[in-house]
Amino acid sequence: MTVEPAAKRLRHQLPLVVWLVLVWILLWGTWSWANLVSGLAVALGVLVLLPLPPVIGGVRLRPAALLAFVGHFVVDLFVSGAQVAWQAIGPGGVRRGAIVSVQLRVDSDLLLTMVAEAISLVPGSLVLDLDRERRRIAVHLLHARDEDDVARQKAAVLETEARIVRAFGSAEEIAALAEVAA
Amino acid sequence: MTALVDVVAVACLLAGALLCLTAGMGLLRFPDVLSRMHAGTKPQVLGVLLIMVGAAIRLHGWSASWMLLLVAAFQLLTAPVSAHMVSRVAYRRRHVRRDLLLVDELRSSGQDRLYRGDEPADAPPEEPGAALAESRERDEAP
Repeated sequence: MTVEPAAKRLRHQLPLVVWLVLVWILLWGTWSWANLVSGLAVALGVLVLLPLPPVIGGVRLRPAALLAFVGHFVVDLFVSGAQVAWQAIGPGGVRRGAIVSVQLRVDSDLLLTMVAEAISLVPGSLVLDLDRERRRIAVHLLHARDEDDVARQKAAVLETEARIVRAFGSAEEIAALAEVAA
Repeated sequence: MTALVDVVAVACLLAGALLCLTAGMGLLRFPDVLSRMHAGTKPQVLGVLLIMVGAAIRLHGWSASWMLLLVAAFQLLTAPVSAHMVSRVAYRRRHVRRDLLLVDELRSSGQDRLYRGDEPADAPPEEPGAALAESRERDEAP
């Protein structure tokens, strides 16, 4: 591991510092300067003792696309929760599942992580394995009726990915999305 | 007005509790580790979120709401990660009901680099027929 200059390293870790301070203040529940200062001290202590590689880079927020993603995500969360709950209590139970592997198009650690997290929470799918080099994600499907259904659920995984990239990705990543789809 | 708010809060709390119950029932009723993990993530996360919303409506004061927001955020972040870790180990150790799978592209595409010989001794063989033939050959060899 190469040692970065201190100033550059601090700049890379800045989002993490902000997040840690925010969590600290939320945990205390009240805003005060004392909380801010103690939070900063704790955040810097955590970063010095447990250094992490910089993950946040090249991320932009697009409000409209973000709203679309969050909206879809909340609806998906409710649908999947209700679906699995029904399968758990319903008379049919679970019949046949499937393990599929899907070729993703993003090539960023942070975005891949977000895609994997989101896929585990939307209907029917659960991440089994992620091949970082080849960008292939293995997904377990809880309920698969037939081959068409499997294909449909694989397309849904790609759609989730596309929504996340449109909300957070750089312009090149969005272009790459369209390139493979074409 | 307060009565309506209370009704919404109660509805959220009850629905959340019910979803957590179904998550527990799913853990019992689903046939293998992978499908159980579905029960452990989705209704569970949604249930916790609904309980947090209900509690945030019912509890007055912002400091409690911030804490509930944190709980919800960490639930969303950590539940998929733990489910992924458990199911990955389960797959590698062959705790998978292959008879219930329609397709297994992880295996058929040759992408499967997951079998690294760390399966337990009592894991079912990947292909029972071939494994049986092999063991017979070994027995017949001098």
